[in-house]
Amino acid sequence: MFLKDYISDVVNGVSSLLKGMRKTGYYFTHSKEIITEQYPDNRATLKLADRFKGEVVMPHDENNEHTCTGCTACELACPNGTIKIITKFDITPEGKKKKAIDAFIYRLEMCTLCNLCVAACPSDAIKMAPNFEHSVFDRSKLTKILNKPGSKIKEGIE
Amino acid sequence: MYTETEIIKDNTDLGPDGELVVNMGPQHPATHGVLHLVVTLNGETIKKIEPHLGYIHRSIEKMCESLTYRQFIYVTSRMDYLSSHINNTACALLVEKGMQIEVPERAKVVRTILNELTRIASHELWIGAMAMDLGAFTPFFYAFREREMITDIMEDTCGARLTMNYIVPGGLMYDIHPDFQTKVKAFVKQFKEKVTEYEDLVTGNVIFQSRTKGVGVLTAEDAISYGCTGPVARASGVRCDIRKIDPYDAYDRVEFDEVIETAGDSFARYMVRVKEMNQSIRIIEQLIDQIPEGDFVGKTKNVLKLAKGEFYQRVETARGELGVYIVSEGATTPHRIKFRSPGFSNLSVLDHIAKGSKIGDLMATMGTLDLVIPDIDR
Ligand code: SF4
Ligand code: SF4
Repeated sequence: MFLKDYISDVVNGVSSLLKGMRKTGYYFTHSKEIITEQYPDNRATLKLADRFKGEVVMPHDENNEHTCTGCTACELACPNGTIKIITKFDITPEGKKKKAIDAFIYRLEMCTLCNLCVAACPSDAIKMAPNFEHSVFDRSKLTKILNKPGSKIKEGIE
Repeated sequence: MYTETEIIKDNTDLGPDGELVVNMGPQHPATHGVLHLVVTLNGETIKKIEPHLGYIHRSIEKMCESLTYRQFIYVTSRMDYLSSHINNTACALLVEKGMQIEVPERAKVVRTILNELTRIASHELWIGAMAMDLGAFTPFFYAFREREMITDIMEDTCGARLTMNYIVPGGLMYDIHPDFQTKVKAFVKQFKEKVTEYEDLVTGNVIFQSRTKGVGVLTAEDAISYGCTGPVARASGVRCDIRKIDPYDAYDRVEFDEVIETAGDSFARYMVRVKEMNQSIRIIEQLIDQIPEGDFVGKTKNVLKLAKGEFYQRVETARGELGVYIVSEGATTPHRIKFRSPGFSNLSVLDHIAKGSKIGDLMATMGTLDLVIPDIDR
């Protein structure tokens, strides 16, 4: 009886292991079905999802104009104080004072990429961009000013 | 330093009855994060296990108390990061319940599908990690192949792979990706084909079976008295699925079975999770073609304020029952918030069920409890 049990144990054991090994062998011979990506060698072809939340950016058009009014809704919506908006007063051609942003300070190292600021913005001035290679040697490089130098607000945005 | 014979002679480390105290973690490769177990051994037999917590305590509850009802949801993704969608849902449901916000049907159905995808992803990762704890490396990659499809779907729709923050009070942050349905269907098809590979590789494997069967047995009474929930309690025959008991979102209109095993050992806990993945697939299949058209987020006020009082909402995460309890003073931030995390109760039973077993079996017992340390410490 003991011998019979022992032998059936061995046979069962070996066959169950071979079953598993068959899967391994299958993928060894079918290398097309392997899905590993060769990052960073494939940087040129790497395509991230368009909604990927990598960092907050402020899109500017060809005239170097953005749509941010400086309303600070994003600053209030941010849970970590990542955004600081400094406003100034522009003088319009009619001689009136008009509020505009001086600097949109964005501290990437404090950002949790939660998208709340983008959702809060009433004039779609900021959006998420799919950049993810953020490592730098100096931490101060992570503090960014999102409005480009010399940029101004688009006509007609209040 | 010592020769071999000297080690045996030098018994100054041993306690009064020849006890040996071994520190497992906080940087042990098999403890999944920073769990520190102080294991008292007698020879190879476990006499006592004392978990030391707090290595990854971020005081999330206190943090949430200073954030508004829109902001605090993103922090909860960082508790049980493998069920972040489900954590977000719990918080959103509570705010909706407290403020009587009407959630559109579309949002409810999408949330349910995403929650079930999250559950599958979490169980997949667990199978891989668990098999690796027991010394099998290959299943890890097989599990991650299917999980990758889910994270791709999440990336397309939510914009993130782990900490999504896609669920907001009133519905969803933005609409689903146009490819969402096709991709989920492709995943369901692939999953059904490939799930047999796990059966071949892991379930049927003699080594795996003999290392898990009869190891770390938890009786139904103990499961209840220690407050275990989720697959851990269901493997001992306790009915505790919140999706059945207290349905939320679209769970009341789908058909699925609550998976129950009665053995209570590590193998039963493994089987519950494998079968639960199939039930999740069943739920997704019923809903994926039935996503109603319409708004993805309901009408909410600009500033959310909960009325004065106490609120509680529970959901079923991949690990068990997550409860969110808020005391509100009527302000824009919670006065007090408390999370009842499933991992904490499930960890507390470890000493009880591992006592008297051999130290090698501790890996199997601990692995099948499916501990996520940031969920325990918060
Ligand atoms: S993504 Fe979130 S954390 Fe980052 S700046 Fe916007 S609101 Fe703040
Ligand atoms: S980015 Fe949007 S929300 Fe922020 S200040 Fe500019 S307009 Fe206002």
